[in-house]
Amino acid sequence: MIDIGLIGDLYVFVLAGFLGYQVISRVSPLLHTPLMSATNAISGISLVGSLVVAGAGYNEISTLLGFVAVTCSTINVVGGFLITDRILKMFRAAGSGPAPSGGSAKGAASGSK
Amino acid sequence: MRRDLLQLFYLVSAILFVMGLRGLSHPKTARRGMFLAELGMLLAIIGSLLHHEIIDYRWIAAGLVLGTAIGVPMAMWIPMTAVPQRTALSHSFGALAASLIGISEYYRHGAALGSVRVGVIGVEVMLGSLTFTGSLMAAGKLQGLIRGYPITWRGQNFSNLSILAAMLALIVALMFVPSSTAAFYSMVGLAFFFGVLFILPIGAADMPVVIALLNSYAGLTDAAMGFMLDNKIQIITGSLDGSSGFILSILMCRAMNRSITNVLFGAFGKVQDKPAELEGKKPIRQCSVEEAAELLGTSRSVVFVPGYGMAVSQAQHRVREVADMLKSKGVQVRYGIHAVAGRMPGHMNVLLAEANVPYDELYDMDQINSQFPETDVVVVVGANDVVNPAAKRIRGSPIYGMPILEVEKARVVIVCKRSLAAGFAGIDNELYYGDKTLMLFGDAKEMMVKLTAALKE
Repeated sequence: MIDIGLIGDLYVFVLAGFLGYQVISRVSPLLHTPLMSATNAISGISLVGSLVVAGAGYNEISTLLGFVAVTCSTINVVGGFLITDRILKMFRAAGSGPAPSGGSAKGAASGSK
Repeated sequence: MRRDLLQLFYLVSAILFVMGLRGLSHPKTARRGMFLAELGMLLAIIGSLLHHEIIDYRWIAAGLVLGTAIGVPMAMWIPMTAVPQRTALSHSFGALAASLIGISEYYRHGAALGSVRVGVIGVEVMLGSLTFTGSLMAAGKLQGLIRGYPITWRGQNFSNLSILAAMLALIVALMFVPSSTAAFYSMVGLAFFFGVLFILPIGAADMPVVIALLNSYAGLTDAAMGFMLDNKIQIITGSLDGSSGFILSILMCRAMNRSITNVLFGAFGKVQDKPAELEGKKPIRQCSVEEAAELLGTSRSVVFVPGYGMAVSQAQHRVREVADMLKSKGVQVRYGIHAVAGRMPGHMNVLLAEANVPYDELYDMDQINSQFPETDVVVVVGANDVVNPAAKRIRGSPIYGMPILEVEKARVVIVCKRSLAAGFAGIDNELYYGDKTLMLFGDAKEMMVKLTAALKE
């Protein structure tokens, strides 16, 4: 019937969903916008599947589709982490001085590779 | 790299992602959390680059360079007011990637696939394709490229549901005959079409829910891609992302007292053709900038209530200047923020943070509502439906039952607004005709500049 790998995957999916529910419920409503850009960046993990398709040389069509997919996923990973950091930098408590404006996101750049 | 070693890399990444999201529970820990998530992503990517099947790095390198070249400007130079559109656009990129990889998998294996695997691919490509076009539509509506009000026609829900049923039927058919490329590609075409159709009837004011929902779909697509490629890290992140989008959609719906089905099928925000019934009933009271400044300057506590109008006129910095003036006079200043103010969850918080408002002055609805009776002056800047008392009083009003910011309990309410036009829900606001309400007509930014000047004197 259904291969055992798929059942194992289903386990992971359901349990991760519960974990996600717990973790995300605790996110401060202040940070719902950066939450969306952060999950967006993390979902750029589709890059790992795209990399293989783009580089395994299955056939020309697959390579081309893989290339486009790598590009799209990279946009999400790089752009998502950069804008999340840009937003989070702006949040400051009273009395901690004005947030540094502009400049490049040092930490975020490490996710760009 | 050996397969089992790669899986260990992915496991570490998954842990780092979860820890990263946990950091978002407080602004203080958020950036450190994101650093962990970035590290996790870096590990996953390095691990995958060493995948044993990869023989040619040219296209990979090209994709990484091109993606970075597009992604960096999209993140660094976009104004904060445009973050909703950017978010919608990035959902569409992610979904497109998943959809294309699914198509490639089908193209490569086709008839050789078992019925379960082809079913998984079918669902993955369907979700990816409809999320792709749906998110593009949402981005278009948010950017104003497509008009924001709902586009409806007769039998719309019926035709949309028929298309959905047709896609599912095609996937089932594929499971019986995996080699039927015609069925597969018609399903893909229908999915692209469906994405457009199901966003058309949704109005701009419902965008916070729709963006969250598309976030959820993007996550599910990612998880489906993980199922297809038997890749656990993608299943985990997809599941996390999916539940995040789901929670946000529920929160947004609750903040509007609506159900998800109502948002998707209700075509809310179509301007009713009845003229405003309140018109002419009561006179409105207008005030000048000087009067408003006088009121604000002599009060003890002030609450600002921002809405999408503030974002449109980019008034957040000017609002903060007024607040600074008031604080220097010893007035307590706070901000009351409704969950659906703006175009995406948390939109107003980001704009105010951008204007250097400290986050401990930002209050959500539950925190601020009990404070209004002790508040001297509320200044409503560009918010409308979220402060409309009709939500509490008028049965049959489209927004009846929606929890609102109870600004009318304050001593005085100053509403800064361009004109008396109805809000995005197309409903007249009886707050404007209230005894305690003073209308300050004009562009939000301009009015705030004038207020600051008047307060200086």
